[in-house]
Amino acid sequence: MDLVSDQGLRIDGRRPKELRKIRCKLGVFAQPEGSAYLEQGNTKVLAAVYGPHQVRNRSKALHDAAVVNCQYSMATFSTFERKRRPRGDIKSTEMTLHLKQAMQASIKTELYPYSQIDIYLEVLQADGGNYCACVNAATLALVDAGIPLKEYVIGCTASLGNGDVPLIDVSHLEETMGGSNLTVAVLPLSGQIAVLEMSQKFHVDHLSLVLNEALDGCRRIYEILNDTVKNHLSEIGAISGWGKSDL
Amino acid sequence: MLTSKTFLRKTKRGNVLKIVREHYLRDDIGCGSKVCKKCAILVEEQEAVLDDQLPDALSKAYKNPHYLIVDTNVVLHQIDVLEADVLCNVIILQTVLEEVKHRSSTIYKRLKDIINDKRRKFYVFVNEHHKDTYLEREAGETANDRNDRAIRVAVKWYDLHLSASQAHVSAKKRIRIVLLTDDAANCEKATKEGLFAASVEDYVCCLKDSKGLEDKISRSESHFDEGSKEIFPCHLTPVQIHDGVKSGKLLQGSFQASRENFLEGQVSVESFEKPILVQGYDGLNRAVDGDVVAVELLPEDQWSAPSEIVLQNDEVEDEEEIVEKVLKVETKQEKTPTGKIVGIIRRKWRQYCGILQHNALQNTTRHIFVPAERKIPKIRIETRQAPTLMEKRIIVAIDSWSRYSRYPSGHFVRALGKIGDKETENEVLLLEHDVPHSRFSEKVLSFLPKLPWIITDEDVAKRTDLRHLDVCSVDPPGCTDIDDALHCFQKPNGNYEVGVHIADVSHFIRPGTALDDEAALRATTVYLVDKRIDMVPDLLSSNLCSLKGGEERFAFSCVWELTPNAQIVGTRFHKSIIRSRAALTYEEAQLIIDDDKQQTSVAKSLRGLNKLAKVLKKRRIENGALVLASPEIRFYIDSETHDPIEVQAKQIRETNSMVEEFMLLANISVAEKIFAEFPEHAILRRHPIPPPSNFEPLVKAANYLGFEMNTNSNKELAESLDAAVKEGNAYFNTMLRILATRCMLQAVYFSSGVVTKEDFYHYGLAVPIYTHFTSPIRRYADILVHRLLAACIGADVTYPDLLDKKKMNNICHNLNYRNRMAQYAGRASVALHTHIFFREKVQNEEGYVLFVRKNALQILIPKYGLEGTLYLYPPKGMKQEVSFVYNEENHTQSYKNIVFHMFDPVTVQLTLDRSNIQHEKLVFKLVKPFIPNFSVSSIDEESKENVTRVEENVSEECGDKAGTSRNPVVLQQMKRKDEDFRSKDSSRKKKHKK
Repeated sequence: MDLVSDQGLRIDGRRPKELRKIRCKLGVFAQPEGSAYLEQGNTKVLAAVYGPHQVRNRSKALHDAAVVNCQYSMATFSTFERKRRPRGDIKSTEMTLHLKQAMQASIKTELYPYSQIDIYLEVLQADGGNYCACVNAATLALVDAGIPLKEYVIGCTASLGNGDVPLIDVSHLEETMGGSNLTVAVLPLSGQIAVLEMSQKFHVDHLSLVLNEALDGCRRIYEILNDTVKNHLSEIGAISGWGKSDL
Repeated sequence: MLTSKTFLRKTKRGNVLKIVREHYLRDDIGCGSKVCKKCAILVEEQEAVLDDQLPDALSKAYKNPHYLIVDTNVVLHQIDVLEADVLCNVIILQTVLEEVKHRSSTIYKRLKDIINDKRRKFYVFVNEHHKDTYLEREAGETANDRNDRAIRVAVKWYDLHLSASQAHVSAKKRIRIVLLTDDAANCEKATKEGLFAASVEDYVCCLKDSKGLEDKISRSESHFDEGSKEIFPCHLTPVQIHDGVKSGKLLQGSFQASRENFLEGQVSVESFEKPILVQGYDGLNRAVDGDVVAVELLPEDQWSAPSEIVLQNDEVEDEEEIVEKVLKVETKQEKTPTGKIVGIIRRKWRQYCGILQHNALQNTTRHIFVPAERKIPKIRIETRQAPTLMEKRIIVAIDSWSRYSRYPSGHFVRALGKIGDKETENEVLLLEHDVPHSRFSEKVLSFLPKLPWIITDEDVAKRTDLRHLDVCSVDPPGCTDIDDALHCFQKPNGNYEVGVHIADVSHFIRPGTALDDEAALRATTVYLVDKRIDMVPDLLSSNLCSLKGGEERFAFSCVWELTPNAQIVGTRFHKSIIRSRAALTYEEAQLIIDDDKQQTSVAKSLRGLNKLAKVLKKRRIENGALVLASPEIRFYIDSETHDPIEVQAKQIRETNSMVEEFMLLANISVAEKIFAEFPEHAILRRHPIPPPSNFEPLVKAANYLGFEMNTNSNKELAESLDAAVKEGNAYFNTMLRILATRCMLQAVYFSSGVVTKEDFYHYGLAVPIYTHFTSPIRRYADILVHRLLAACIGADVTYPDLLDKKKMNNICHNLNYRNRMAQYAGRASVALHTHIFFREKVQNEEGYVLFVRKNALQILIPKYGLEGTLYLYPPKGMKQEVSFVYNEENHTQSYKNIVFHMFDPVTVQLTLDRSNIQHEKLVFKLVKPFIPNFSVSSIDEESKENVTRVEENVSEECGDKAGTSRNPVVLQQMKRKDEDFRSKDSSRKKKHKK
């Protein structure tokens, strides 16, 4: 089955270079320092950030940086078939490590020696690109928590359809039906890549093509998230009246 | 721009799952009409394909100019109507496209071809993703009803949309939409909603200029039903079949009709070693050759054996009797599993070539079509053009087969040309063997290098310059696509340097271009007796790639250092530039070698090669390689009429074998190299070891004459074949080898990643690994191997598809299929020319008995490589004074004291029976040994009447596919293997006249 029809549409009706609809919200919980909810199509993720606070396990404390602790979990109802273990399996552990790597690249950890930042991620509904949605949600939650970042860290996936058409933001169906998938987490303004992963190998001719699409996708997601953050700030700013203090 | 809509789907995957997928609805999908200015702005890249200026009122029924929208069933059943050029400006809805895709992949492919044809102006409207035409399925609505509704909604949308953009045009001149549907209920609903709707038949009949389109309409079954008695039992429903197959009660397999007996066939089922026999109307139950069917195995006491009777469909009148005859079980014979077909899982109907059967009734539109392929039943069609079509070969497609009709019903597709005309016959041959033979498209030709082609300094820098070497090529006479050349000289250390230089086709055909795709599709050059169907355009095959004498050409060279004992000391591969000193024929090369006076470097080189080749050949045979003699024939063709004037057996010279040995060596060296470098992706060729049961006929045949055949290994087989020499019958050994060839399996291409290493073995050549490297001009596999080898030595880079195991394997499947078809086409072409040769001729020939059958002798005539049947029993209704006694034990036929054994020499008289225009038959009559009242006397005394009277029946036919072993050209049969045995196969390069 072709992932892209002759009319240039994907199975779900998108064009190859279109993202899924992204909807997100900051500050969804009161308890944690920062929180966010993000939907990328049917992939839905909650993120919560605690800290910076004292390191729980003293022996792991760093004298010059904060410890970033991530936890990735998937709700038992997030997939077609009920999931037995929400976290702790190999896949989740791997995800956790990759998330940690991406978040560490963005957080200015050097500002918080001997402290710890906890990032909890919960996938409510999984429809492909879980990792990217998690990275993006975590970024928003960190912004909400007011933790200084070098810049946003943004995740995006890309794949190949019909042999040579790059597709971005692949859905679960495309992930399973297509060939190799490429996942990146980047700092979009400086263009630095924090994490890059491929599910299978790409031919060298295709790699740059797919990677460039994924990077472009990241920049576009960045615009969307940045707008959301700005709107969020102006909203709470208006409520607290800080915008009028200059008068 | 994006609106998102989710919908629910349930699928069964063990348990019921609820699947939620996104479904985006868009507002940027254009209507595709040039009339509409709005959509033109909306989507710039999408071309508006539908015309704004339509000829007013094509149809008598609709005054407005209009576009057509068709529903799914119209596409599925009336694809031939859609393929006709008459219908243009058609909108295909995505709903329809998707449904067609799920229902039939072949029709989907044909539909896509039509859509891609720019002249036809077919536009695909993605209604499922358009915000105004997407429909949610309502509660209680079936998927079909929903789709029908979606189609109507789309029609309505188009009507409104187009009228909005044509507000300035008067209502009568506006472009409207006509919905074509054969579903009466749908039609009615659409009419109620104020839409134009019609059935295909009504619409076509109302066309002002239909150009014979009526004949192409596929009519529903009821049309032909006479309501008479049921001939066939019902088929089971798909659900019943599914359950039956699952529970093991029914078996699934593909049906192969017998070519000799139209009421018999077999079903190959995977879990059964032997195919399941099916017989009679009930057993066959409307299965057509190739169909995937569900078969029910009968209890063992009802098992039967294949009848040895040859039964043609001609004498259908006394059908009861025939059925009885077919079903009468020969008790003595071994019974095979027998079953009956209870349902069809998938039809593999295609289009069939053939002719109309003469109809006694004048002015009738109903006719019977007789396919050229005997495995296919006759087909009923309706046509008004019968008088003109009578003389022509036509193509017909099957539509349906009702229980009440003995024959399936179909419709006329197109006419090919006059019967007996050589062009037409060639066309039939190519079509029947699925050989792509249309001219190369402009797009393909655009990838050819521009002339004049010159070698640049850059090219020289990249390649090894071997222009100083004394390279020469050896080929059959008249060969224009020279893809290999050789050189050889003795080094100071006593060793020889030998080089094989192969045309560098992969330099010109780059991956991913249209040229490459076309070559991959064609897979091989097809050689007919009087025609060559090129795999690559002529500019490459006969000029730039061909290693012509005296021309500088690019080559891919494989250079060895060999000891005088032909042991390989070292192997080098490089892309090179060569200049062939001479393009020799086998004969010329042989003369140079034999003539001691010639001491040129080319002569020395040839002698060196010849010497080494003999050593190589000896070693190969010691390793167990099989030698299967092949008496090939060659037609001498009249340059004016293009009719064959003489047939001659081909001569095999030492030089043939010389070239062959080095090609084998090159292929093996390359195979080892690419497999070492690309263990997962190498394209190789293997020849599987035949199962022992395959050898049974050979062993039995040899046993009758007191020879032991040892078939445990290829080496032992080769030895026992060598030992089987019979005094006084020089041809005996050759015939045994012919039988041995028929026991073999087909050699195939494969990707090394999908087969285990043990299975790489090449049985015929007795080598552990083998590939094809030496003929890239005429084989696509060689091009792939060239690319792999180029990547190995760093001369070129890989590309994604080359390293995709699955894709490569698919390509290999196509290569194998095309190769097989090319072989069959080649054989059929020889058969065709044999017939033309025997027109107006009566000839006595020496032959041998190849098989003894119950009612006939199978005769082989070495001179023409021709095989045919000499019937010992008269056809029905005729009396014959001589009756033969068949001895099943010894496989002999005897009359009084004259006994026919296998391999006995006989003299037969050959004539061509042209009474059946479709199937011209070569008739064999016995001359010697003389049996009174049976044998005919020698030609001299033959009266003219006798020639035309047909006493013994059938042997060959021209449109015949060379599918079974009982086929015309024995030698060609051997050619199948020889691709490997003799890589340099002279017969493939028949003289090609422009």
